[in-house]
Amino acid sequence: MNQLLKMAFRDLGRNRRRSFFSSLALGLGLAVLLLMAAFINGEMNGAMDSTIRLQSGHLQVRAQSYDEVKTSLKWEDLVENPDQIVAQIASLAPVQVATPRLFASGIASAGDQSTGVRVIGIDPLSPANAPYQEGLIRGDFLTPDDREGLVIGQPLADKLGLEVGDPLNLSVNTSNGDVAQQLFTVRGIYTTQTNGFDSATVFMPLAKAQAITQTENHASTIFVLLKDKAETEAVVAALQASSYKVVPWTKLNELIIQFEDLANSYMVIFYLIVLGVTATVIVNTLIMAVFERTREIGILSALGMKGRSILLMFLAESSLLAVGGVIIGIILGSLMVAYFTHFGFYIGKMGISGMLIGNTVYAKLTVQDTVKLTILAFIITLLAGLYPAILAARLEPVQALRGGK
Amino acid sequence: MEVTKVENVTKIFKIGKLETQALRGVTLSIESGEFTALVGPSGSGKTTLLQLIGCLDQPTSGRVFINGKDISQLNRNQRADTRRGTIGFIFQFFALIPTLSAYENIELPLLLTGVGAAERRQRVTELLEAVELSDRSHHRPDQLSGGQQQRVAIARALSTKPALILADEPTANLDTPNGKQVMDIMTRLNQETGVTFVFATHDPRVIQYAQRVITLRDGLVVENGVGARAAGV
Repeated sequence: MNQLLKMAFRDLGRNRRRSFFSSLALGLGLAVLLLMAAFINGEMNGAMDSTIRLQSGHLQVRAQSYDEVKTSLKWEDLVENPDQIVAQIASLAPVQVATPRLFASGIASAGDQSTGVRVIGIDPLSPANAPYQEGLIRGDFLTPDDREGLVIGQPLADKLGLEVGDPLNLSVNTSNGDVAQQLFTVRGIYTTQTNGFDSATVFMPLAKAQAITQTENHASTIFVLLKDKAETEAVVAALQASSYKVVPWTKLNELIIQFEDLANSYMVIFYLIVLGVTATVIVNTLIMAVFERTREIGILSALGMKGRSILLMFLAESSLLAVGGVIIGIILGSLMVAYFTHFGFYIGKMGISGMLIGNTVYAKLTVQDTVKLTILAFIITLLAGLYPAILAARLEPVQALRGGK
Repeated sequence: MEVTKVENVTKIFKIGKLETQALRGVTLSIESGEFTALVGPSGSGKTTLLQLIGCLDQPTSGRVFINGKDISQLNRNQRADTRRGTIGFIFQFFALIPTLSAYENIELPLLLTGVGAAERRQRVTELLEAVELSDRSHHRPDQLSGGQQQRVAIARALSTKPALILADEPTANLDTPNGKQVMDIMTRLNQETGVTFVFATHDPRVIQYAQRVITLRDGLVVENGVGARAAGV
């Protein structure tokens, strides 16, 4: 085997330029795939992190009958005495923060512009709402006793032509099916770099939200963030004994998870196509080598080398090309991924219902993806080398000695 | 002792619908230690006969024996097994592996037969001395002259101490001095080691080295007699 490897290595050196470009083709293909995998992973992770941080939390505690889509404000669909429940949940060790939130549907209008919004009543002092406070770009954040203030997203402010201090008319559904209307003042304008969220979400203090929707001492949900996402199942299990429904982030974000699974499935097809194309370069290189060295194969056969050894020799050549390609691919891919991990990839204003995607995607390459794609590239290259190797192994000695004629 | 024997061997080549009969029924035997020339004009069947004896091809009909074993109907792998260690080849185009040095080319058949490293080293060193190329052992074929390459080929053919060495026009691509040197070495090795040499040639200067001359014409043996060397000419 050592001799075959030695011969294979030297045979590749006979035409170094061709061997280099063959490996480079594979390397470029692998680098592109590593970048794609990092991009997809970064996007999905980013979307999931954004959604957990801004929307779903690691879990939520709700009334059994609460339906997120309908955004019901009937008392029987809400959590009663949310502060008590928050205190109980917050006492669990894995819990970072728990806070009540009230959701309502509304219409915001200013001048002759109006748009549907989602009103979230929040505890302005809770650390869970820090992303919104940190995201303030103009004005001030809410205070718990503010009865007329709203904080709105920048895209919404742009759409309605509003600035800090401007009036905003808000109509909101109430618990008895009526609509309550009030003129509010824009206290602050925020951004979370997530256009889908920022363009449709309006914050007001929980107490005010309860008052305007007539849901005193009730909340739609208890929003919970954990210290470690991996603790979710354990905390869900610990809270299951209560009369409320405990919904983990995996359930709250089924769409994202399904989208990720679908994306990963399609990506496999994309990977195979890219690697298949690069593999044709390897096939071509080795077929040319077989035709160029037909007489030499005849000599080896005349010396008593069996077809199997000739096949192994050519497979050794494709293996060496694969190793070269993989090394180039990992180096190039790592450089590209490192760049986009640091600087990100600006994708602008993208929003899909239910998914929060930031304006910039930061690439994130996992060891698992790197290993998987490297092994896939190697295997496909070996398989590509199989056809020329079989061609060489099946040459009859006499025919080969005549130069294949 | 018979090293090789062919019985009424024919060989027909088919190229598309065209059939060419290269051998029309050849019967002969070669004894151990012989230094025999197969002579005849181009197309007489010399190379085809060498290929059949050398287990590189199968006859269309008839039988071929190596050391008493019928090799006529062996498959490709079985023929490779028979060749390995039993038959050495010297080709007119030298046929060295270009990426291997002279040492490595001679060593290759020993590797294929599973000889250990120490024994390989000793054997290759002896052979390099025998063909007077000890100082060129690490040179690759493109760094050797035609005569030197053919001497490496001779050493390679002898490396596994085969029963039989087949040489197809061994001096065809050499000038007269190198051709003479190659034939002198082959003759000397035949005398020193007793290895049987059968070589195909149409060069009269080479024929005179032979102890026995078998003449082929149109695929048949037309003459089978004592060569100039045996006759003391």
